[in-house]
Amino acid sequence: MHKLEHAVQTGRHWGLFVGAVAILGLVWIWLSAMPVAGNALTESPRPDFLAPDFTLVNLEGESVTLSDLRGKVVMVNLWASWCPPCRAEMPAIEAVYQANKDKGLEVLAVNTTYQDSPNGAAQFASEYNLTFPILLDLDGAVSKRYQLRALPTTFFIDKQGVISAVVPGGPMSESLIQSKIADLLAEEF
Amino acid sequence: MFPLLQIGPFALRVPGFFLVVGLMAGITLTESEAKRQGVDPNPLNNLALLSMVAGLVGARLAYVIRYLDTFLANPFTIFSINPNTLDVRTGILIALITAVAYGVWKKLPLRPTLDLFTPTFALFAIGLGLSTLASGNAYGSPTDLPWAIYLWDANRHPTQIYYTLWATFAFIVWLTMRKGETFAGFRFLVWLTLTAAGALFIAAFRGDSVLLAGGVRQGQLIALAVLLFGLWLMRQWGRGDESAEAGEDADVEAVAA
Repeated sequence: MHKLEHAVQTGRHWGLFVGAVAILGLVWIWLSAMPVAGNALTESPRPDFLAPDFTLVNLEGESVTLSDLRGKVVMVNLWASWCPPCRAEMPAIEAVYQANKDKGLEVLAVNTTYQDSPNGAAQFASEYNLTFPILLDLDGAVSKRYQLRALPTTFFIDKQGVISAVVPGGPMSESLIQSKIADLLAEEF
Repeated sequence: MFPLLQIGPFALRVPGFFLVVGLMAGITLTESEAKRQGVDPNPLNNLALLSMVAGLVGARLAYVIRYLDTFLANPFTIFSINPNTLDVRTGILIALITAVAYGVWKKLPLRPTLDLFTPTFALFAIGLGLSTLASGNAYGSPTDLPWAIYLWDANRHPTQIYYTLWATFAFIVWLTMRKGETFAGFRFLVWLTLTAAGALFIAAFRGDSVLLAGGVRQGQLIALAVLLFGLWLMRQWGRGDESAEAGEDADVEAVAA
């Protein structure tokens, strides 16, 4: 380190050293440039990746597929009826859904039924007057695919099917939800 | 990746925990280093605390202002701080401005102050590396190398581990020159240039780089710019000290004559 300090203070060969660093740095940048095609999107449950696709049944027994909703902004909310923060944030989600469903917002409330029950989910939806689809993750496959680690967890997905934000834990406020979807709704498809 | 650690009823956000521990350990080391050098640590602690508070409040306000109509509809939610509702870049900028303003106000000498804060930067960098390892951010590009980690549906370069190891190396370098005599600002610049060089090298293995024309990674260009600026500044500050020493010698000779 003393040699470095001495070289700095005397300036001997310093310009040469800095020039060599600049050239080597630029060569490294050029060598490690990434083909833009190599940056193609793959599916994974994190921002800037395609949202993993799934098909689940709702409370009425109808199938709902995530990829069918391309062109809409989608909120995927994983929840359970016994989870207090899930209960606390559902009215906010319903209010935001009502205010934005005509602008292209869809909410998929995925009940983690493998650790809850279809009856519990139905009672919950009725109690809170939820009008968006309640989907049943009966075997936990979707929760596993989305690497669920906290209840609730919400994924905000843009019109191209790309995850733009993940909010683990809750409860989310109306303002938080609205701020996460505002830019997405304004995007062109 | 282990973003949450369940301890009884509490869910600890591990990435944030590493950031806070790195920062606190760094500030503690800066304080002890100041005492060792006979410098009053209070202004340094105040600078760190003020910057952190200003950064946090600034990050929150910037986010609220961005979505003002939304928050005005529910004003109480402005005070409900959530890591997902912070404008981090603006927060960092405001923290930096606050630090500079406080330093100027208290007439803190720039170069010795940067030297004293170097352990804070160095330990925070280690905390940041561990934080990204816990969150899965700053992930690597897919690879078949034997030390790849499975993350986000692919075997990837463990770039978070590369960053953490390099940050640890930079901290060890600081430890080795902690007590030696150097010109003011040298320790900080050694850490800065080492960190920038590491970022320039490791960014080549990132899978989340922002790409410019020709697939050039933006992060590498910034790292190279910081590295060259740090080397240039090293020469300027080193030359300044050499001139000062020469000047002092001349003064001493003049007085002796």
